[in-house]
Amino acid sequence: MKPASFDYIRPGSRAEILAALAAHGDDGKILAGGQSLVAAMNFRLARPEVLIDINGTKDLDYLQPSGDSLAIGALTRHAAFHKPVVDGPLGPLLAKVVRNIAHYPIRQRGTFTGSLAHADPASEWCLVATTLDAEMLIVNAEGERRCRAGDFFKGTFTTAVGAQDLLAEVRLPLLDDGWRSGFYEFSRRAGDFALAMSLAALKLENGRITEARLGVGGVADRAIRLHALENELAGKAPSRELFEDVAASAKAAIKPSEDIHASADYRRDLIRTVVLRALTEAAA
Amino acid sequence: MSAIGRSLKRLEDRPLLTGDGCFAADNRADGQVHMRIVRSPIAFGRILDIETDEAKALPGVIAVWTAADIADLPPIDFRMTRIAGLEPYRQHVLARDYVRYVGDPVAVVFADNPYIAEDAAELVFCDIEEETPCLDATADPVAFMPERDPALLSEAAVITKSYGDMEAAFAGAAAIIEMELKVGRHTGVPLETRGALAVRDPETGVLTMYGAAKVPHYNRDSIARMLGLEPEQVRLSEGHVGGGFGIRGELYPEDVLVCAAACRLGVPVKWVEDRREHLMAANHSRDQVHRIKAAVDANGFVRGLVDTFYTDQGGYVRTHGGTVSDLAAALLPGPYLIPAYHVEGHIRLTNKTPSGTYRAPGRYETTFVRERLMDAIAARLGLDPMEVRRVNLIPEDRMPFDRGIEALGTHVLYDSGKYHDLLDRTLTRIGYQDLKADLARRRVAGEAVGLGIAFFVEKSGLGPHDLVTMAVQPDDTIEIVTGAASVGQGVETAMAQICSDVLGVPIERIRVIHGQTDRIAIGFGAFASRVTVMTGSAVKIAAEALRDKAIALAAPLLQADVRTLTLEMGCVVSRDSGATIGLAEIVAQSGKDLDAEGLFRADHMNYPYGIHVAQVRVDEAVSGIQVERYLVAYDVGRAINPMLIEGQIVGAAAQGIGGALLEEFIYNEEGQPLATSFADYLMPTCHEMPPVEVLLREDAPSPQNPLGVKGAGEGGITAVGAAIAAAVDDALGRPGLITSLPISPRRLHALLRR
Ligand SMILES: Cc1cc2nc3c(=O)[nH]c(=O)nc-3n(C[C@H](O)[C@H](O)[C@H](O)COP(=O)(O)OP(=O)(O)OC[C@H]3O[C@@H](n4cnc5c(N)ncnc54)[C@H](O)[C@@H]3O)c2cc1C
Repeated sequence: MKPASFDYIRPGSRAEILAALAAHGDDGKILAGGQSLVAAMNFRLARPEVLIDINGTKDLDYLQPSGDSLAIGALTRHAAFHKPVVDGPLGPLLAKVVRNIAHYPIRQRGTFTGSLAHADPASEWCLVATTLDAEMLIVNAEGERRCRAGDFFKGTFTTAVGAQDLLAEVRLPLLDDGWRSGFYEFSRRAGDFALAMSLAALKLENGRITEARLGVGGVADRAIRLHALENELAGKAPSRELFEDVAASAKAAIKPSEDIHASADYRRDLIRTVVLRALTEAAA
Repeated sequence: MSAIGRSLKRLEDRPLLTGDGCFAADNRADGQVHMRIVRSPIAFGRILDIETDEAKALPGVIAVWTAADIADLPPIDFRMTRIAGLEPYRQHVLARDYVRYVGDPVAVVFADNPYIAEDAAELVFCDIEEETPCLDATADPVAFMPERDPALLSEAAVITKSYGDMEAAFAGAAAIIEMELKVGRHTGVPLETRGALAVRDPETGVLTMYGAAKVPHYNRDSIARMLGLEPEQVRLSEGHVGGGFGIRGELYPEDVLVCAAACRLGVPVKWVEDRREHLMAANHSRDQVHRIKAAVDANGFVRGLVDTFYTDQGGYVRTHGGTVSDLAAALLPGPYLIPAYHVEGHIRLTNKTPSGTYRAPGRYETTFVRERLMDAIAARLGLDPMEVRRVNLIPEDRMPFDRGIEALGTHVLYDSGKYHDLLDRTLTRIGYQDLKADLARRRVAGEAVGLGIAFFVEKSGLGPHDLVTMAVQPDDTIEIVTGAASVGQGVETAMAQICSDVLGVPIERIRVIHGQTDRIAIGFGAFASRVTVMTGSAVKIAAEALRDKAIALAAPLLQADVRTLTLEMGCVVSRDSGATIGLAEIVAQSGKDLDAEGLFRADHMNYPYGIHVAQVRVDEAVSGIQVERYLVAYDVGRAINPMLIEGQIVGAAAQGIGGALLEEFIYNEEGQPLATSFADYLMPTCHEMPPVEVLLREDAPSPQNPLGVKGAGEGGITAVGAAIAAAVDDALGRPGLITSLPISPRRLHALLRR
């Protein structure tokens, strides 16, 4: 478990990062928190020839409400979300979710954007980004482009970020006061990747759901937003029956993945439970 | 005040807490080279060719060996439980002709640094003709190495033990209960992986291996034999050890390789195992399937019990020989009378990592089997599970109780025990009736909560003997030298307390040297919960001899009659004159050494016992299990240091919970291990652990040693699987549901859906 040989550079600015990425192409790899990459290198599953450490570029570490969204920089650590980072429902939502990511020391190093760029199917932040339809800012030496979560995630460990790209910023929509959220995940131990999880956000007015966001993670090659079920929820009064129906539909809609910890059958039943619990918490 | 029975702080802790510990990887020597093992990527196959040229050509590589380069080395022999017929299944240090599990060492690289060593290891190419692996120990035996010896089958031995009139037992039975029960494959996972540094002194020719653990004397003799050296030419030295649990410190291929390389390459050789290797190379354990049949009467009394079981031994038979299966066979009856018993234990080779002993070997498995049976009897006959146990427990007046069979070559003779009494105390402690009522109320309110209670008998203090030497030093400290080993269990403190009890010297003035083969002629190391019993008794004997010698030497100095002298607080005191003289002063004034030896022999093991109580909550919708409360009641005979014992019990309970709920070495159909990192091999963490209560008792001291002590290293783990399984059944209101460990959510889900 010693990594294969690599070169290490530590650019001091965004421009230098982009230049390094352009220069090294497929051979270079960004090192953010290192909480996924370093382990992969030790197992020799990842063998970058050049490690481009972005931790020296401190101005990538920011959290900035701007307009109707929250901008998250490329070096913002998970731990930054332990307390609500913005007024309104988004801050507590993120604070609730972050506690399920790994363990305290790992959260001090691992980054929000790093999780998205890494795209583990059971990443909590990928579920948040998918469910809330985050907007990604991808930059390289040539220029920059924006991309929504629905187009960003391509599958297990693959995204729209190319070999020469930096995922520079992620924007999450600020939710106004009518929104409430619920999150539930089941993992084998505290801090483990989820076997299944769900994030639900409901906008409630006069006892009715006017808008809904519903996503499921950890059950397929990427987080899944359940648009059809969001529509199903909209316009209805929250109730146990409604949520049971939606949870059953979610279970039917997804063809789950299998691994040593969960069979497809088991995951299907988990999907029902996590969706039901997330919705119930959101409406509580 | 007596030093025995007090929760004194550990002498071992200062260096550990101040960063002065010296673990295997901390050893270094000038000019050392690093060793890396090339491991088989395939579970079973014939080796056609091993291509090493590319690896040898890499700059920084010193040598690459395959089996052909060390053809003179014999296979690693058994340390224990040498059963006839096991020899052909021993492991060579590098695979010959066949690979038998993923992780089987096929080649070894020596290089300037561990990075180059790993680079080079990747360049070694193994051409292996794959064969269908055997992964099920209950399936019919197959050829072990088909081309080499088609007649040698994968069943290495069958252990049979038997007593009583089985026909009569079954003839008059009110009910016959049959069950199949399985304990999965898991093992002790020390925080510190294995590692060693071997250095050969060019002047003296003495080969030293640092990083030894558990059984240094035995391993010294084995290494010397394998390398054709005299035992005096080999020295093993133990430093700090980050956990043993039975698996660490046995003689493995890597230990022999570092030593062989240090001799043949003429440079110090260092090896540090990584975690991935550890999970597929160090001994696995458990992995037994039991098929039992019991004849019971109307009160639930077991008249006769027949068991056929299969131990999945993995790729080879390692140093433990038949130990695990032998102990399983001998100790399955546990605390119950069971007048007729017949067991047949099949040791079967498969294409998984070889297995050996892990904390409470054979007892964790068979306690699960036996206690599941007790619960099944209660369910079948509509009796209270505690009543069924009471009916079966060996009564106090039958002690000492002769089981009529042998374990590890010694007669199974339960030395002492008040089983019914401990059951009563345990039920009182937890408020059994109230607790049951409380859980019933919670169940009515919709929660799936339940209680499981399991009884066990442990064994400890394996002989044949143990030796310590003891000497007063010029600085007025006392040095105790023992051939026991420390695997973190508090040996130094416990030995010092026993010595202090006799001599009145505070434990801070007692130094305990252990695990150094050049300091004492014989030593048995640390296993089988033997150290406090065997070494502790030897310390007491030595300390008493030292005391008598001190008094004899002091008499002329104090001009007093020996009969008027006593030893108090480390000084010889004259009752008549009140004059005193310290131990170092006696040495100085008499000009004689003040030292002594203690040799303790034991023909039989002794048998501590206890009860585990688990309270769990099942979240049926996600198939999750949470342990809400855990209690271990344990009779240790005599507690030298209650804090150390509690530490042993709580740590062991955590490992037991791991084996019951989380830890499992899973293989796919090709024999690829799927749990080779901590992401998939799940150890319990503080989040998964309930508070563990310990009810420590000294009601049944052992009559077999001068301290009355029994071992405490294993009882915290023995009944965890059994207690949790019972609690899950109870929580779900489905007696007999759990027949297999670990109760992973995936498995529980499948059961609940059935
Ligand atoms: C024990 C353990 C448990 C964990 N449990 C969880 C968990 O429950 N849930 C969870 O979500 N995560 C978990 N993680 C992973 C952790 O959250 C990681 O921090 C995260 O996945 C990656 O973030 P990072 O900053 O560490 O990225 P790194 O490891 O540095 O990089 C990961 C990958 O992303 C690329 N990358 C990083 N930043 C950028 C960028 N700005 N632009 C382009 N590419 C980039 C890297 O090149 C690399 O390929 C766990 C990790 C450990 C060690």
